[in-house]
Amino acid sequence: MTLSQPWSDAPMRLYDHTFNSRLLLGTARYPSPAVLARAVGASKAEIVTVSLRREQAGQRSGQAFFELLRSLNVKLLPNTADCHSVKEAVTTAHMARELFQTDWIKLEVIGNAETLQPDIFGLVEAARILCADGFAVFPYMTEDLVLAEKLLAVGCKVLMPWGAPIGSGRGLNNSYGLRTLRAWFPDVPLIVDAGLGLPSHAAAAMELGYDACLLNTAVAKAGDPAKMATAFAKAIAAGRLAYEAQPMEPRDFAEPSTPLAGKARLA
Amino acid sequence: MRITLNGVSEDCAAATLAELLQSLDLANAAIATALNGSFIRRDQRAATPLHEGDAVEIVAPMQGG
Repeated sequence: MTLSQPWSDAPMRLYDHTFNSRLLLGTARYPSPAVLARAVGASKAEIVTVSLRREQAGQRSGQAFFELLRSLNVKLLPNTADCHSVKEAVTTAHMARELFQTDWIKLEVIGNAETLQPDIFGLVEAARILCADGFAVFPYMTEDLVLAEKLLAVGCKVLMPWGAPIGSGRGLNNSYGLRTLRAWFPDVPLIVDAGLGLPSHAAAAMELGYDACLLNTAVAKAGDPAKMATAFAKAIAAGRLAYEAQPMEPRDFAEPSTPLAGKARLA
Repeated sequence: MRITLNGVSEDCAAATLAELLQSLDLANAAIATALNGSFIRRDQRAATPLHEGDAVEIVAPMQGG
């Protein structure tokens, strides 16, 4: 590992695609397109999330953004952000597939407008419809074991539990739940999506054995987004390496690290 | 006739969705369309007539998390 290549040697596979970077970056809320482009470059992200919004004929802002996306040379993961029903999410996914020319979809079915908590019942139904229609679904979900089983049963091959509510920057609210998912599904790619505020949060997720982290606001709203993107990239690489290195088990009491044998009798 | 275009009520002289996009200079733009809540594929736009009261959505790539 070098500073210019801050990732683990082990590549990550998502829906038959292989990636070196384990950081997925959102493209929203940056001060400017130029700052966004610098942050994506600094993050070494190979996947970025995008959305669909109404295009005003006179402004054509979406066309300019599409040009910027093409220049970034990264894989696009469109989302169904702010969709509150199965129908809305499924229709948005179809529009995204045509527009971005990808079967990948970050599936959001929002159940609560304040917490942006997913409607897990709608999520499973939308995932069932989209998986049957050939989509590669990345479900934004809570860290619920039974929900995870149902999403896998309808065809999801990647799971994306939240760390905390979107944009909250609170980190991992339920490490136990996330650890349980990792233990229960050792072979399913798991990505912590949302709620990360600091690189240490991302490192903690990776130390749990998560395959990747998806974040946006923590980078976009930093004072220096490109520098924060670099910090996250290094934290994620460090967390992954630590997981692969198999951390020691914590103890309740001290254990001397310096050998006792041979100590001079001086008392 | 009157249609709702991206949430705004507007006069519309176009007979089809494709004609509407042509009139907006969006025919070849990176956009996707829906009519009354249903996705309309690019190759279906010319064969999709517009009627009084229709709701048309035209979306484009946008920043997202």
